[in-house]
Amino acid sequence: MSEAPVTKDAKAAEGPAPAGDALVVLDKVNKHFGQLHVLQDIDLTIARGEVVVVIGPSGSGKSTLCRTINRLETTDSGSITIDGRPLPQEGRELARLRADVGMVFQSFNLFAHKTVLDNVTLGQVKVRKKDRKTAEATARSLLDRVGVGAQADKYPAQLSGGQQQRVAIARALAMDPKVMLFDEPTSALDPEMINEVLEVMQQLARDGMTMVVVTHEMGFARSAANRVVFMADGRIVEEARPDSFFSNPRSDRAKDFLSKILHH
Amino acid sequence: MNVLTDHFADFREGFLNTVELTVLSALLALVLGTLIAAFRVSPVPALRVFGTTWVTLLRNTPLVLLFLAVTLGLPALGLKGWDTFWLAVLALGCYTSAFICEAIRSGINTVPMGQAEAARSIGMTFSQTLGQVVLPQALRTAIPPIGSLMIALAKNTAIASGFNVTELGAVQQQLNADEGYNIYVIFLWIAICYLIITFVISGLFRLLENRMAVAR
Repeated sequence: MSEAPVTKDAKAAEGPAPAGDALVVLDKVNKHFGQLHVLQDIDLTIARGEVVVVIGPSGSGKSTLCRTINRLETTDSGSITIDGRPLPQEGRELARLRADVGMVFQSFNLFAHKTVLDNVTLGQVKVRKKDRKTAEATARSLLDRVGVGAQADKYPAQLSGGQQQRVAIARALAMDPKVMLFDEPTSALDPEMINEVLEVMQQLARDGMTMVVVTHEMGFARSAANRVVFMADGRIVEEARPDSFFSNPRSDRAKDFLSKILHH
Repeated sequence: MNVLTDHFADFREGFLNTVELTVLSALLALVLGTLIAAFRVSPVPALRVFGTTWVTLLRNTPLVLLFLAVTLGLPALGLKGWDTFWLAVLALGCYTSAFICEAIRSGINTVPMGQAEAARSIGMTFSQTLGQVVLPQALRTAIPPIGSLMIALAKNTAIASGFNVTELGAVQQQLNADEGYNIYVIFLWIAICYLIITFVISGLFRLLENRMAVAR
């Protein structure tokens, strides 16, 4: 596994932000898929400006955890609060709250029938009710920021995976979200495209965006995370600063996991 | 051969009425069908039940029975004074809407889940997600079956002749009683009239399909 250069910002050096400024709070969240208890009593508090990386073996529930935060997955019990407001039931209220929570998917999920520019404009116009001109200006500057400004008039299928994922990040940012969720954003990418996406995410982290990142990229976890959350079998097994987690994991489950992925 | 020239006005009236009946029923069917399809995928259980009931009832009723229900049943229920033409539009439109609904729903099922999830994740409501993201993509798949349904609808309008609507089918009934023209020739001309309508529909849908394919 390659070691990305250490780019921790000042905040990371100070350790986790004070709990008083909690942006996302999960309290005793449980979820079942039939017989499978995918999330078991999950307690997790994410402070404003914090970058939390969630890692763990596949099937450990980390993607599900990520998706419950904007209620793409419902929960069976427990509460989820975003910026002091509990997640509402399905409906207009929930839609409004989702607009404040950006999400980036493993499979990009760009709107296939719309151009790159329209992908980034749609939410601003339909949800934020901005006029088309302002929305397009915002979209173009965001596309430039993630390095795909030249592709604005193409359709998603004409772009490489890395470009599509960067457009997807721009689409989420266009809503001006309070927090960004990344659900394995580089898992569907060819190796040479992973870095271009990670660099955009590193930049976002440096700019102070609150981020929850489910990933297998340990280099990113080391360099950009304020905190690593290790999940296994539907539970949070360990939470720690990245340097202490990677150099000195406490639980056997984490030691076992790290030995499997780091030794080649 | 001169039955057409002798009775050109009748043929023209019948032809235009069939076209009008087809177009108006098609519009009703498309609007209703899309609405019912939206009901069937909606998060509100009551709407889903309504949609399923609508499709089950209308799709499984023979069209003639539906015509009877509309022309006899509705006036009995107090809906009087409707022209037979508009009752025919109602019967044909509702009947075809059930099939349109299912064609659109099959289109919706081909759109990957991730598209709707992405739309919801940027804060779009159910109707925005459906209208802006899912339906436009679903239509690409639904266009060919909808084309077939429109052709079927054009031919189904013939049933209206049995319910006092002057359209192409009625021309034949009227001319048979008259003047002893060769019945096969009358049938031939009527068939040609229907062919004109159905060919135009296929052409339109081929055009539509090509146009939507470009945007991929």
